[in-house]
Amino acid sequence: MSELEPRAQAPAPAVAGAGVVTSEKRRRRYSLLTRRDKFLIALMVGVPFVIFVCLIWMTTLASVVLSFTNWDGIQPIKFIGLDNYTQLITTYPFFWPALSHNMLWLIFFVCIATPFGIFLAVLLDRQLKGSWIYQSIFFLPVVLSLAVVGFIWELQFAPLAGNGFIDSALVSTGLINANNAPDWFGDPSINIWSVLVAASWRHVGYIMVLYLAGLKSVDPSLREAAAIDGANERQTFIHVVFPVMAPINVVIVVVTVIESLRAFDIVYIINHGKNGLELMSTLITNNAISEASLIGFGSAIAVVLLTISLVPIVLYLSRVMRTENQ
Amino acid sequence: MSLHAAMAGQRMPHDRARRRLRRAVLYIFLTFLAFIFAWPLLYAFYTSLRPYGEIVANPNGPFSLPGTLNFGNYITFWNETDLPRFYFNTLVVAVPAVLLTLWIASMAAFAISRFSWRFNLLVLMIFTAGNLLPPQVIIVPLYKLYNMLPVPAPLSDNGLMYDQYLGLILIHTTFQTGFCVFVFSNYMKTLSKELVEAAMIDGAGVFTIYYRVILPLCRPALAAMGTLLFTWIYNDFFWAVMLIEHGDKRPITAALNNLSGSYFVDPTLVAAGSLLAAIPTVVLYMLLQRNFVSGLTLGSAKG
Repeated sequence: MSELEPRAQAPAPAVAGAGVVTSEKRRRRYSLLTRRDKFLIALMVGVPFVIFVCLIWMTTLASVVLSFTNWDGIQPIKFIGLDNYTQLITTYPFFWPALSHNMLWLIFFVCIATPFGIFLAVLLDRQLKGSWIYQSIFFLPVVLSLAVVGFIWELQFAPLAGNGFIDSALVSTGLINANNAPDWFGDPSINIWSVLVAASWRHVGYIMVLYLAGLKSVDPSLREAAAIDGANERQTFIHVVFPVMAPINVVIVVVTVIESLRAFDIVYIINHGKNGLELMSTLITNNAISEASLIGFGSAIAVVLLTISLVPIVLYLSRVMRTENQ
Repeated sequence: MSLHAAMAGQRMPHDRARRRLRRAVLYIFLTFLAFIFAWPLLYAFYTSLRPYGEIVANPNGPFSLPGTLNFGNYITFWNETDLPRFYFNTLVVAVPAVLLTLWIASMAAFAISRFSWRFNLLVLMIFTAGNLLPPQVIIVPLYKLYNMLPVPAPLSDNGLMYDQYLGLILIHTTFQTGFCVFVFSNYMKTLSKELVEAAMIDGAGVFTIYYRVILPLCRPALAAMGTLLFTWIYNDFFWAVMLIEHGDKRPITAALNNLSGSYFVDPTLVAAGSLLAAIPTVVLYMLLQRNFVSGLTLGSAKG
């Protein structure tokens, strides 16, 4: 008997595995794998993982290390402690404007663009005839690149001399004097707002589609129950639908924050992120990937951006982790 | 407010009429918004059809009705820039990048979601978190790396990663893999466990299970992500502008950068150029609208 046992055990997991609890099943299923299979699995995930870590996470780490140096890309690397950071917050004139523009972008998206996208989703969630036409129109800007969005809005916002539509319309209809026509993208006191309008045009549709998909997945019996209890539409949304949508809400917050921190293309197209349109992202490239080649200094800006980005990333991951463990 | 109050109260005789009115108001409001949203594109199209001289001659500038409308600007743009070349560059980068990403990410997701080992969740987190980083955080070391890493001749014509299609394909594939692994592993978790078990008992190896069992079941997810990835890579501006030096190697979206600042010269040409660059993704969207929506939804379904 005793010498038969190992053999008898070998096929057993497959038979027993069928009905047992998952953790038990998983452990046993593992034993079904041959050594070759295990090697193959390791390869399937290992190769992409190593490339990903090298290209994304090692470069992130390199940014952190380089931020403590004054490397210009040619001379040997010399560590200078926190000098880049001190210079950044004390003497560098564009750091605080860039940071505040990024924060403004974030606040504008969180308070206006994202809620507006949610609002559209809620409106379109009713059984409307031709709802798909509206959806298509609101979503269309999302498939355009931010570079194209920049040009399309430049046609609207260009100054009078550049044949911008808005200024031409305002002057032609006599609403403003030709001498007072604003330069929407050029005037540093207003251009960040014009850019935010253009960027929101794309962001709203994105949020709408995400939210609409979430709304469609809400169990209709919840709404019926709320209606029977006498709740009106607004009450149903605030007290029943919105809380059930918690997972989507988190995704939307993360998308909104990340998009605000990544903002780059549209500003780069307009004026390379200068003259009122400074952003963290453009400061990095303007300093490090340019004639100046201030790699250490540019990296310090990248580290500030990284630190801010880690907030939503950690928030999101801890959330995923929690649902995963449940 | 009063409409809401009416809904909340008991059903009244006027209820139906009020509801109809409410509907009408909603339609008018939505149509108004839809027009505002469509306006910048409609206007861009309108401008692109007008001869520039006509706008300049008009005292009201672009705020005017057309005398002539034709495709002259498109023809000029096509002739004066190397447009086919830019489209070609986009295809050379985007097609391999999309296929590679789908292949690599589905394999990694398969290994992560279908088998249990110690660091499953950690590996998934590292992929997901990496994809959420702003690309500008890594661009400086990446740029240097691309300029220092030697690449042998058949793969690179300057001995580097920088200014090469290969370098662009590599960073797109890597960056998007992070997101795709996350989406695919969520999708695969919803597939029945018994399928893999049954195949295993039949003696199928891991790769056979991936290729013959899991991958066919993932077809909807592959289609959705493929569409989404192609659009994203097509629309990429940042990587291409930073990592491709020569204008004639840049994909179409990044090549638009050459237009920047030229709107003072001729906005009608800018309009035609940006629409030409936008047309492929718009057509793709019209044909595969469902894929876009389900792709975005897959990404947010869980977590």
